[in-house]
Amino acid sequence: MSDLPTVELPLPGTQPEYHYPPYVSTIARSPRQPLLPLPLTRTETTGPVFRPNLLRVGDSDLTAQHAAPPLGERIYVHGRVLDEDGRPVRNALVEIWQANSAGRYRHKVDTYNAPLDPNFTGEGRTLTDDNGYYCFKTIKPGPYPWGNHHNAWRPSHIHFSLFGAGILSRLVTQMYFPGDPLQPLDPIFNSIPDPDARQRLVSKLDMQRAEDSYALAYAFDIVLRGSHDTPFEENHR
Amino acid sequence: MSAPSKWIPASSQTVGPYFRIGLEYLLDRPALSASEALLVRGKVLDRDLAPVSDAMLEFWSPACPAASSSDAVPSGFLRVGTDDDGAFTAALPRPQPHPEQNGIQQAPHFLVLVFARGLLRHLITRIYFEDEPANATDPVLQSIPAARRQTLIAQHRDGAYSWNVHLQGPEETVFFAW
Repeated sequence: MSDLPTVELPLPGTQPEYHYPPYVSTIARSPRQPLLPLPLTRTETTGPVFRPNLLRVGDSDLTAQHAAPPLGERIYVHGRVLDEDGRPVRNALVEIWQANSAGRYRHKVDTYNAPLDPNFTGEGRTLTDDNGYYCFKTIKPGPYPWGNHHNAWRPSHIHFSLFGAGILSRLVTQMYFPGDPLQPLDPIFNSIPDPDARQRLVSKLDMQRAEDSYALAYAFDIVLRGSHDTPFEENHR
Repeated sequence: MSAPSKWIPASSQTVGPYFRIGLEYLLDRPALSASEALLVRGKVLDRDLAPVSDAMLEFWSPACPAASSSDAVPSGFLRVGTDDDGAFTAALPRPQPHPEQNGIQQAPHFLVLVFARGLLRHLITRIYFEDEPANATDPVLQSIPAARRQTLIAQHRDGAYSWNVHLQGPEETVFFAW
């Protein structure tokens, strides 16, 4: 083996294992061979940087992408993207997608018998500002059945995809809502062993950001890895 | 600020089956200025060699210089999705040789991130290209046990490269821990 430095592994319990039988789809799709140490070369310590011309006007307002407003509870979802020292991650690409208020995705493989909303696609994206801040306006997604087991229902959630500083900061996750009784029953949520780590995926009701007579707000800060993975090469930005 | 305690990175969750709603806009969208020199075709397969029709691959190399600094998508980054047969096509720019600061020289390659329903965290692997003489001395490739090294090397076939991702099974692709 070469003497290349290798990547630091996450704190135990803070990330799901690939093989988690309660989530049935992991069984035939998770590797069984031991994972090899990931060498840290320029390939791993750099990452794509996206420019604002990637975005279109309105990409962060999921309630204004059609002729009329979508049905459902209008909400803001906002927060900061931070690194492992709590510093803001600027220019992070944040992509989201979600079900509509009835729990139905606008996707050909979603056959749940709940109505589509002609005024809702469920697609949004933005870049964080100099404070690492992002904000979306959307509607609260509904829970939906997913066939993993009898009476399997996903808690309400919004899918998040993020690019921070360097490809090792790449994260795809899901944001949940506070007080949802379906969370303790959900194998995907429970795949994270550490209960504190699970709770960090639950957003907080934010009455400071809520707008009277208009919209509630949920705060969701996201910590990305990566700031300690750059021992010999500066980030490609 | 005095010695901040380390913040804990957020947990991963699966991309699920519906990611195209939010991520499709960037599928098959290379940097406008990128020259397409490496065409890779392949499939993502599960334990039973069943096609994974809801997978997404992201390719990254820092060694693909941009011809234009105004591209919305950086050269060296490409996101592709699989179709109903689990198949994907990736038109990649050719990485240029780039010595590392510590003097090592890598063969042309991309880091590849694999996302799919059923993957609670994305997988990380690398793709190399058959016929590259530098493969023989690439420190990462050569560090992989010989019996599994071939899973990272795309085979040259009919003007394109062929490379499958096996998530599990006898031909399981080499993945790295992160």
